[in-house]
Amino acid sequence: MTALDTPPSTNVGVTKLRKEDAHLVTGRTTWTDNITLTGMLHVALVRSPMAHAKVTNVDVSAALEQPGVVAAFSGADLADNWAGGLPCAWPVTPDMKSPTHLPLATDEVRYVGDAVAVVVARTRYQAADATEHVVVDYEPLPAVVDMEAALADGSPLADTSLDSNKSFTWQKIDGEIDDAFDGAAHVTTRRFINQRLIPTAIEPRSVVCAPPRETRETTLWSATQVPHILRLMLALTCGVPEHELRVVAPDVGGGFGSKLNVYAEEAICLVLARKLGKPVKWTETRSEGYQATIHGRDQIQDVSLAFNEDHTIRGMKVELHADMGAYLQLVTPGVPILGAFMYNAIYKMDALSFTCHGVFTNKTPTDAYRGAGRPEATYAIERLIDEAANELGVEPFELREKNWIKHEEFPYMTVAGIEYDSGNYEAATAKAKEIFGYDELRAEQAQRRDSGDPVQLGIGISTFTEMCGLAPSRVLGSLSYGAGGWEHASVRMLPSGKVEVITGTSPHGQGHVTSWSQIAADALGVPYEDVEVRHGDTNVAHKGMDTYGSRSLVVGGYAVQVACDKVVAKAKKVAAHLLEAAEDDIEFSGGTFSVSGSPDANTSIQDISLAVFAAHDYPEDMEPSLDSDATVDPENFSYPHGTHLCATEVDTETGRVTIRSYVAVDDVGKVINPQIVEGQVHGGLAQGIAQALYEEAVYDAEGNLTTGSLLDYYVPSAADLPHFTTDRTETPATSNPLGVKGVGEAGTIASTPAVINAVVDALRHLGVNDMPMPASPRNVWEALQAASNGGAA
Amino acid sequence: MTSVQMNVDGETHSDEVEPRLLLVHYLRDVLGKTGTNVGCDTSNCGACTVHLDGRSVKSCTVLAVQADGGDIDTIEGLAEFNSDDEEAGWHPLQRAFHTEHGLQCGYCTPGMIMAAKDLLNENPDPTEDEVRHGLEGNLCRCTGYVNIVKAVRTAAAEMRGDKVDAEVGA
Repeated sequence: MTALDTPPSTNVGVTKLRKEDAHLVTGRTTWTDNITLTGMLHVALVRSPMAHAKVTNVDVSAALEQPGVVAAFSGADLADNWAGGLPCAWPVTPDMKSPTHLPLATDEVRYVGDAVAVVVARTRYQAADATEHVVVDYEPLPAVVDMEAALADGSPLADTSLDSNKSFTWQKIDGEIDDAFDGAAHVTTRRFINQRLIPTAIEPRSVVCAPPRETRETTLWSATQVPHILRLMLALTCGVPEHELRVVAPDVGGGFGSKLNVYAEEAICLVLARKLGKPVKWTETRSEGYQATIHGRDQIQDVSLAFNEDHTIRGMKVELHADMGAYLQLVTPGVPILGAFMYNAIYKMDALSFTCHGVFTNKTPTDAYRGAGRPEATYAIERLIDEAANELGVEPFELREKNWIKHEEFPYMTVAGIEYDSGNYEAATAKAKEIFGYDELRAEQAQRRDSGDPVQLGIGISTFTEMCGLAPSRVLGSLSYGAGGWEHASVRMLPSGKVEVITGTSPHGQGHVTSWSQIAADALGVPYEDVEVRHGDTNVAHKGMDTYGSRSLVVGGYAVQVACDKVVAKAKKVAAHLLEAAEDDIEFSGGTFSVSGSPDANTSIQDISLAVFAAHDYPEDMEPSLDSDATVDPENFSYPHGTHLCATEVDTETGRVTIRSYVAVDDVGKVINPQIVEGQVHGGLAQGIAQALYEEAVYDAEGNLTTGSLLDYYVPSAADLPHFTTDRTETPATSNPLGVKGVGEAGTIASTPAVINAVVDALRHLGVNDMPMPASPRNVWEALQAASNGGAA
Repeated sequence: MTSVQMNVDGETHSDEVEPRLLLVHYLRDVLGKTGTNVGCDTSNCGACTVHLDGRSVKSCTVLAVQADGGDIDTIEGLAEFNSDDEEAGWHPLQRAFHTEHGLQCGYCTPGMIMAAKDLLNENPDPTEDEVRHGLEGNLCRCTGYVNIVKAVRTAAAEMRGDKVDAEVGA
C-alpha cells in the first residue's frame, strides 16, 4: 500500500474494534497471578484480627516447622529493611499528621488486616496453612470507629503515637462568605453521608518479584495502575537504587483507584525476593483484599446554600469530615481536597467556603476511588439543589437553569478559582430531557400520586461537571502534591514504515492501545494496523505518570499527538531535501509529503523513514532519526459535563427501588473512539448507581469489617442494573490539541445523585426529604415509616 | 494425595492432588491453564466459570477430585485454531464480546463467556431480561453489563443463524 491510498483522518472519531481484545477473549492473558518463575516461592501474610492493639510478641518458630515453609518473618525481623514508611505523596497542610506506616507493623496494629508477619513457602496452600502457626500476642486497645467521636475531647487515639485523631484541617474560602449568608433570603442546609465503599476491581491485587540474576536488576510485576510511580516510591521505601528496579504492570484487571497506590505487599515482596534470592509471589484473596486494599469515599458532608430573593445563589458553605482510616496512603488526604473545587459545580455564586477535617480511625485506609473527591462534592451539590428547589417551591430544573453558567459565558472563572474552558449545559439538558421523555414522565408521576399507586415514580436530575485530566503541574504544586501531572510519549518510526508508540499511561481496561493507535495513525498518515502501542514496563516506557484521574487521553493522548507532530516536522525537512524543494513548499496530508503545486513530486512518510534509516542522504542540519519524544504538561484541567436523568419506581410497601430508565447525555469534548467512550460511561454509571442503591462497607463498634467478602458487600450483577441510554453533546476542550475531555470517572460522578434524587422525588409527597445511601429496601422503608410517623425523614 | 484424571479442553491429564485442591487451582497451578481466573473466595464473582461435563460450574467451588473422570471445557479451548485468521476460529461469543465491546479489562470475560455459553445452550434466543438474570452469578466491574448483554444476544443470533440484530433495551 502506498501512502496515497491512505485517506487522512480516517481513524479519530470513529469506532475501531479494540486491539486489546484478542488475548482477553481467548484466555491468553498475563495477569500478575499467571506469572510463574523457576523456583518461585509463595508469600502469605498474617494479619491483625483486632482493630487496635499493642503487639507484645510475634513468634514465627512453629510456622518455620510447617511443610514447605522456607522463611517466616515478624515485623520486627524486617524493620531494618525499610528505608522509610509507605509513602503519602500529598501532605495537604504543613502540619498534617501522618503516622509512620511500615509495611509490616512492629509494636502496634491499627486496623483489622494490618499485617504483622509474613510466611514464605513452596506453594500458596502451604504458605496459607503456615500462617495459622504464627503466634501473635495482642494487648487490645480501644478502637476508634466513629469520625466525629474521634475528634471529641478524651477520645481514645487511633494511633498511640499521636496526640489527637485529627490529621489536618484544610480550608479554602473564596469571596465574602459571611456577606453571602448574612441577609440571604433563604438558606438550605443539609447533612449528607457519603458512605464508605470498596472499589472491588475484579482482578485481585497480586505481586511477583524476581531478584537480580545476570544484571543488578530486580523486576517487580504488580497489578498496579502506576508502575512508574511505584518504581520511584519502592526504591525510596526499600532502599533499592531506582535504576536497578524494573516495574512491570502486565495485564491489569481493573483498578478504579484501588491500584493507584504503593502497598505493603509490593514492598514486602521486593524485600523478600532480594533477601531470599528467589522469586516470590503474593496474590490477595478477595476477603483479604477487602481489608488490605484501600476503600473509598467515607465523608460526612455538612453543606449550606444561600439564596437571594430571586433564587440566585449567593454562596455555599461546606464542612467535611473525611475518614482517612488508620494510615495515610499515597493520596489519601488529597482526595477530599480535590472536591474543594467542585462544590460550586456548574453554578455561579459569589462565595464558597470549604473546610475539611481529615480524621484517623482504626479502619482500612481510604484513598482514591473512581472520581476521588468529585463524586462526593457532586452528590452534595446536586442533592442540595434539589432540596433547595423543594423548599423554594420551584421545579428543580428551573433552579438549576437560573444559576448555571450559560454557554456564552465560557471560558468561565469559577468562585473556586479555576477556569472552565468550555461547556454547554443548555444543550446537554435539552437533549437529555427529549430522549428521556421528561414531560411525559412528570405527567405519569402526577397521575400515580393522585391514584395512590403503591409503586411511586420518581425523576432524578444530575447536571454535573467535574475536573479531571490530572493535571497542570503548577496547580498540583500549589496544592502540595508531591509530583507533577505531565505525561510522556515516544514515537519510533521503524525502517519498514511501521510505528511504535510508547506511552507513560498504564491502561487496565481503558483501551489505550486502540485509541493511541487511532491518534498516531491519523497524525502520521499511516494505517491503524501499522501502529503498535507499548506501555506499563519501566524498561520500555521509561517515563510516565500513569493512569488515574481521567488523565490518560487528555494528557497522555495529547503527548502522543505532540510526539507525532514532531516526527512529521522532521520528516518534512527530509522530504524537502529529497524532493529538492523549499520546506515551506512541502505539504503533508494522509502520510504523503508533496511539493505545493507539483503533486506528482511526492514521497511517503514510510519511504522517508526508510531513507532516514539508510541515512545516505539527509539534511546536514539534522540527526538521521525521525523518532520523537514529547512530555506535555496540561495548562488546565478538563471539565466534562452532562445531564443525567433517572426514573425510579419505588415500592412504598417493600422499599424496593427499581430503575426504570436512565438517560446520560455527556459532553466529553471531541471523541477518539465512540464505542470506547460509551463503554467508559456505562461502567461509570454502574459504579455510581451501585453507591446509590447497593454498596456500603460497614464496620461494627469494635472496628470489624462486617462486609468482609462479596457475600456481604453487594456488587451489582447484570440482573440488578438497567439498560443505559447514552448520548453526547460536543464542546471541544480548548486546553489540548485533540479537544478531548476525560471520561473515565464522569458516569460515576454524575449518577449517584441522579438516582438518589429520583428516589426522594418518588417519595417527596409522602414526607420523605432525605435518603441514606445505599437506598436499600430497608433504608427506604425506614425513611417512609419515619415520615409517616410525622418525623422529618 | 489422590489420583485424578480428567479431560481438559480435549487433552487427558492424570495427576496426584491433595483432596482439598480446588479445580481452579488444579487448572491454573498444576496444568498452567491460566485462562481461567479467580476473582473471589465466596463463589460470587464467577470469574472462574468453566464447563464440567457440559454445564457451567464455578471452578473455585469444585474440588479437583470431584471433577475426576470429567470433561472440562475452559475459555482456552473455545476457539478453533486457525493459523491464517485467528478471529475466524473464534466462537461466536468471543467474536460478539469483541464487536460489541463487551469487555474492558477482560478479567471477568472468560467466566462470563463460559456462563453465557451455558445460558445459550439452554435458551438459544434469550430476551434482554433473560440474559441479565442468566448471568447474575458473574460480576463485571468495568462494563455496566449493557454491552455484555448485547454481545450475548448478538452471539445467540449468529448461533441460530439469524440476521444479527444487536439492538437491545429501550
